[in-house]
Amino acid sequence: MRIRVHVTPRKGVLDPQGQAVAHGLAQLGFDAVGEVRVGKVVDLVLDNASSESDALEQGQAMARKLLANEVVEDFTVEVLG
Amino acid sequence: MKFGIVTFPGSNCDHDSYHVVKHVLGHEACFLWHKQEDFSGVDCVVLPGGFSYGDYLRCGAIARFSPIMDAVVRFANSGGYVVGICNGFQVLTEAGLLPGALLQNRDLKFICEDTTLLVANGHTPWTVLCPETIMAPIAHHEGCYFADDDTLGRLEGEGRVVFRYASRAGEEAAEANPNGAVNNIAGIINERGNVLGMMPHPERNGDTELGDGSGAWVFRSIIHSFEAQA
Repeated sequence: MRIRVHVTPRKGVLDPQGQAVAHGLAQLGFDAVGEVRVGKVVDLVLDNASSESDALEQGQAMARKLLANEVVEDFTVEVLG
Repeated sequence: MKFGIVTFPGSNCDHDSYHVVKHVLGHEACFLWHKQEDFSGVDCVVLPGGFSYGDYLRCGAIARFSPIMDAVVRFANSGGYVVGICNGFQVLTEAGLLPGALLQNRDLKFICEDTTLLVANGHTPWTVLCPETIMAPIAHHEGCYFADDDTLGRLEGEGRVVFRYASRAGEEAAEANPNGAVNNIAGIINERGNVLGMMPHPERNGDTELGDGSGAWVFRSIIHSFEAQA
């Protein structure tokens, strides 16, 4: 089973990379862009997931332990199938 | 006093720390390999600067799970002195030995320059001999210290902010803050005071061949504190 973990900067945490991207998009004429936050995506293949909820639980455990730093980042996990 | 300097794959300031404590200050030093599960006979652990594990995922995130880190956490929790410099500071926050996190620099650039540090608390084991300011170079891309308001309030209220970025004249100044760190924070200690994390490199200015040598005062302080309690 494949899962995807999205990691994004927490609300209120400075994201200079997001600000730079927002500025770049504005320069290119994308006037409608407000705030931009840049995060990362981690795709994983789980060999032993018994169900979607098991895969989600495993992904959440990995995110809490390693993939995200909850002091400054939020995460979500989705099952890709 | 004996310093144990941890070498992770990608550490590159381990020899600088070794040089200062052994050749400049005349104390004992040894390297601790990251795969070691234990160590003994060491009075202070140094987590040096560098790019452990290529800084993959987040700086310090992988190093924090090195076999030796369990031993370092046990050592710190039993009151042993631990200092994390630059990448070592990032490892300490990832390991939960110090609060907060180090974010990308405000201007998204790697910065390599000398900084003047105001000694914000001269009554810690790490600063007891320090003059009012010391010089220490920075060399980092993720050095912007961040902590939530509650944590920050505790750090400030308990005198746990040890170093702040300052002007050359020694005044704390936002313009002297190279990376956007909250409250101009360059270094903090844990509640007990035995763990120090700092982004600037005192070991790179510990030898007067390389600068004014004032970085050595951090190491002299901890030696003094250790010998005073022994």
